[in-house]
Amino acid sequence: MALQSLDIARRSATTTEAPQVRETTEVAKLIDVSACIGCKACQAACMEWNDIRPEVGNNVGIYDNPQDLDDKTWTLMRFSEVEENGKLEWLIRKDGCMHCADPGCLKACPSPGAIIQYSNGIVDFHQENCIGCGYCITGCPFDVPRISKADSKAYKCSLCSDRVAVGQAPACAKACPTGAIKFGAKEDMVHYAEGRIEDLKERGYQNAGLYDPQGVGGTHVMYVLQHADKPTLYAGLPEDPQISPTVALWKGVAKPLALLALGATAVGSLFHYVMKGPNEVSKELEEEVEREDAK
Amino acid sequence: MTNHWVDIKNADLVLIMGGNAAEAHICGFKWVQEAKQGRKAKLVVVDPRFTRSAAVSDYYAPIRAGSDIAFLSGIINYLLTNDKIQHEYVKAHTNASFLIDPAFGFENGVFTGYNPEKRSYDKSSWRYQMGEDGYAKVDPTLQDPNCVFQLMKKHFARYDADTVSSITGTPKDALLKVCEMVGECSTTNRTMTILYALGWTQHSVGSQNIRTMAMIQLLLGNMGMAGGGINALRGHANVQGITDMCLFGASLPGYMHEPTDAEPDLATFIEKRTPKPLRPASMNYWSNYSKFFVSLMKAFYGPNATAENQFGFDWLPKQDTAYDTLAMFERMHQGRMNGFVCQGFNPLASVAHKDKVSAALAKLKYLVVIDPLATDTSEFWKNYGEFNNVDPKQIQTEVFRLPAALFAEHEGSFTNSGRVIMWHWKAADGPGETREDTEILGQLFTRLRAMYAKDGGANPEPILKLHWPYRIPTHPSSQELAREISGYAVTDLADASGNVTVKAGEQVAGFAVLRNDGSTACGNWLYSGMWSQAGNLTARRDNSDPSGLGQTLNWGFAWPANRRILYNRASCDPSGKPWDPSRNVISWNGKAWGGNDIPDMRPNAAPDEGVGAFIMTGEGVARLFAPAMAEGPFPEHYEPFETPLGKNPMHPDLPAVTSNPAARVYKGDMELFGKADEFPYVATTYRLAEHFHFWSKTSKINAILQPEHFVEISEELAAEKGIRKGDMVKVSSNRGQIKAVAVVTKRIPVLTVDGRKVHTVGIPLHYGFKGETKPGYITNTLTPFVGDANSQTPEYKAFLVDIEKA
Amino acid sequence: MNVSRRGFFKICGAGMTGSSLVAMGFTPTAALAEVRQYKLAHATETRSICPYCSVSCGTLIYSMGDKSKNAKARIFHIEGDPDNPVNRGSLCPKGAGLLDMVQSPLRLTHPEVREPGSTEWKRISWDEAFDRIAKHMKADRDANFVEKNEAGLTVNRWNTFGFLASSAASNEPGYLTHKVLRGLGAVAFDTQARI
Repeated sequence: MALQSLDIARRSATTTEAPQVRETTEVAKLIDVSACIGCKACQAACMEWNDIRPEVGNNVGIYDNPQDLDDKTWTLMRFSEVEENGKLEWLIRKDGCMHCADPGCLKACPSPGAIIQYSNGIVDFHQENCIGCGYCITGCPFDVPRISKADSKAYKCSLCSDRVAVGQAPACAKACPTGAIKFGAKEDMVHYAEGRIEDLKERGYQNAGLYDPQGVGGTHVMYVLQHADKPTLYAGLPEDPQISPTVALWKGVAKPLALLALGATAVGSLFHYVMKGPNEVSKELEEEVEREDAK
Repeated sequence: MTNHWVDIKNADLVLIMGGNAAEAHICGFKWVQEAKQGRKAKLVVVDPRFTRSAAVSDYYAPIRAGSDIAFLSGIINYLLTNDKIQHEYVKAHTNASFLIDPAFGFENGVFTGYNPEKRSYDKSSWRYQMGEDGYAKVDPTLQDPNCVFQLMKKHFARYDADTVSSITGTPKDALLKVCEMVGECSTTNRTMTILYALGWTQHSVGSQNIRTMAMIQLLLGNMGMAGGGINALRGHANVQGITDMCLFGASLPGYMHEPTDAEPDLATFIEKRTPKPLRPASMNYWSNYSKFFVSLMKAFYGPNATAENQFGFDWLPKQDTAYDTLAMFERMHQGRMNGFVCQGFNPLASVAHKDKVSAALAKLKYLVVIDPLATDTSEFWKNYGEFNNVDPKQIQTEVFRLPAALFAEHEGSFTNSGRVIMWHWKAADGPGETREDTEILGQLFTRLRAMYAKDGGANPEPILKLHWPYRIPTHPSSQELAREISGYAVTDLADASGNVTVKAGEQVAGFAVLRNDGSTACGNWLYSGMWSQAGNLTARRDNSDPSGLGQTLNWGFAWPANRRILYNRASCDPSGKPWDPSRNVISWNGKAWGGNDIPDMRPNAAPDEGVGAFIMTGEGVARLFAPAMAEGPFPEHYEPFETPLGKNPMHPDLPAVTSNPAARVYKGDMELFGKADEFPYVATTYRLAEHFHFWSKTSKINAILQPEHFVEISEELAAEKGIRKGDMVKVSSNRGQIKAVAVVTKRIPVLTVDGRKVHTVGIPLHYGFKGETKPGYITNTLTPFVGDANSQTPEYKAFLVDIEKA
Repeated sequence: MNVSRRGFFKICGAGMTGSSLVAMGFTPTAALAEVRQYKLAHATETRSICPYCSVSCGTLIYSMGDKSKNAKARIFHIEGDPDNPVNRGSLCPKGAGLLDMVQSPLRLTHPEVREPGSTEWKRISWDEAFDRIAKHMKADRDANFVEKNEAGLTVNRWNTFGFLASSAASNEPGYLTHKVLRGLGAVAFDTQARI
């Protein structure tokens, strides 16, 4: 059965335990910012492979195009001109889903099976199960998921789960002309990153380091940064990303309770599906979503 | 490229100057990253802008657009005065020791023999002193005051660091830092590679920019070495191949000359075009000129080319004057051309001074556009508002537009920048009624031939005698043509003892087999061997690399003779030992040359024969002194034709030598050069990573990535002009104006040049009124109609503009 | 975000009911978690070369159909050829976007002519296009061909006709272009090489 053969680690809003017997290789994408020239080949390859084309926008005085992630832009280059140690640096970071080991989106998601974490580490959205509530956005410490105006469903980078499933690298990683994006077993990526960091230190970047934030359990998309001590230099990469406390609460206490209550109601009413929607979700979470909307 | 893409990984220092590989040749740039990671190489970028290449460099030095010769001459001066040259190499492999005619000199900014009226040189004093043995005289001690080495020292001594810094705007410490890093590569175990592109060619001194760098590579001993060489990063995927096919009016395939009016017959032509050896043991490979030429005539005219009719020499048109792109548009503008074909070429957007090009096209009787895509040129007559404000009713040109197949829709071979010829296969038919280029040419030619056969007309003979052996005459196949290009035996070929080595009709193995008696046919001697009796070698896809140098000798077929690194004999010392055994390209094993490449040397030429490493020159060595150049055998800094300084700081009191004294300038264009008082900013045009010329603007993905025309200026200039990022600005030159969005950036340095502040306005090229991108102006509305004195490549890279908020 | 998420909560009130039941394991239909189908599984793969810059990257072109007679091949995906020693499977943003150039709405699909003074294109057949162009060329050549120069030397040139040759063409059409042009007596031609 497909469900098992896909080696699912976690499934949103599902209490049934995932199968845990088979051990698969954890994968990761390593983005070496020091080798990135911001050519946007990754963006092109992503659009081409995933059959998504956002609108042709405008130039607003910067190189970033499109200017933000959207339902059809799952990755983009963010350009920052900074002066460090008296030297101009053009720091260019490929933004997109980090595929957290502890995914805030999945924890926040109230819709069963809309967000899946495979045992290889990929966090994938399954739009057929998505109800468009937007909780994943609130749950995400990196502000990645976007809801489509076309179908009110959430979209983001899948780490090309379709390619990885057949043994290929994600489209962006394969395309990357400078080798700034590498893909492989997470263990190998960490090892490769160590070599890069050593090289950068030799070239005068004393604070070079790996970005694999532990606040979200580590990520399956990691960065090699020249200035790992200042991640915010890179278009505001969070210094210590954490899942929002309300999402943690929702996941840790509120959601099981809500689901339990839900179950009781459902069973008690013998499949009369009569319920008030808002009761099923945490008020706090909803308010946080509201606050973000207001920004 | 003298070397090739993968070989970049063998470098210890990568200099990117006059190019921007990280944006324009991105997948080739990966080998720079490989060198950095694999060899701990350093990357140095010298550019008027802090480019994407600069973003990943170890050291960036700013430079004023159009001052590269001064910068490079400063490096040469540094190398000579600090003794950072590889002496043994310079002695063995260059003409440093050659003695020059004492009449040669340099004074008042010009070399001897200058004629200001003609804007050209009488080069009779730019020559070697010849000995009684008929060979050039040399002084191996390099002490003779007339030897090239001493002349060089004197010539470049004027380029001290202060002078160079003042001309280029490069801070002195940055200049010296680059000099130092380059100088470190004068040892035998370190090589520098140089990656350049249009940033050097597109100047009125373009060829000399490159020559100056070539001199540096020779002084460092880097030519022929793995990880060295002079690497021109070419334009299109097959621009190298089309260059080799020599689609230039003045050339024939394989860099042979089209005969001129001064060469009335074959014998005169061959005599004039075949160089004489200048040193006793020089291979002087061009001595085979007649073999290559007669074989080409046999490919062109087949059995109609006979010894009796000089192999059809008379049928070849004779060149009377220049017909390069600028010259053609000048003629067109003067109303001297009736018909014009643009095959996969968008001159309205890509040639300088758009208004002139547009006016010229409007004077044609007929224009034929053969292209897969709707180009701006094909609609030059159509009104697109402010972007192309013309009145169609006033334009009487009849325009045909023919849909051609794209790369994916036909088979054939492409030659990459590293001279590797690779076959590509057809994936699908093109949309609608598209046809392949070969069929479009075949149809047109066979129809014209039939008309001439039936009705006669102006000398039908050259048309009727053209050899057309193709199975489907209206559609010659790429395979047939590839075999013709590679060459075949017309009659049985026998060796000295009379044994037949190649039978009539068989493919030849390479150009060494070609003959001048009509027994061989070859469409391009340089490509000879690409399709031998063994089959189509360009289709080979064995990427094994036993040497680890990235040579992949069984991948495709490189010209010439599958050689991957040109001049590789120079990677060895005179005795045949590699300068750097850890990067062994070839070596002498006591009996023959061999190793990890096809030797660029007669295989059995023992080192003590003294055969020079540069087999294509009469000297047998490389030229530090090069009389073939139009504006001088040594480079000299001349200002762009539109200079922010109004003078040449090397010769401030000599207005005649402000700009290249040998560059051709047409009447009318000289008057249109702008002056700094009205147009105070240096403009430079360039390509972006997200786009390719005017082609990718038809691709939605690329339109998304970089959707709209913009210009880049510094924060300081923006503040001065009240321009904020995202504002629409107007940029004007003395030839026209464009509007685009302002990108205000720290990446455009403000320079101090000759004691004053110089601002740069950066203008990407890719936009126009046809495309998926937002409609925009054509950048070349602004650029001047003047070219390099040798190649006539227009000066797109340095001119003057003004900018204001629109 | 421009779309109010408040709106989504309202919309999803109804949906939530079903979803909640799914959450509890009362699955109306099997909730599969398949990854997207791998779209190249049965596509035809053709080796080609990117036509943009002179790195001339190896590409793999994927087309629909298996080349059987009734299946019309259409290119739907292009990615880098990992065997090519230069690009090793990578592609730049231009190369990675090739598909949209191949399938661009700006592709020309039929011959057309813009008559003198006209404001629009008119579709014509290939036959008409070739005939009309050949007639123009012959009339021009017949009127302006120089067989001998003033000194009486045979020069056989036609210089009122010019040609800009494509650097995106393969070597074979490039060579054929040269051969045809010389056959006609053309001297005025150039390529993108120096532009």
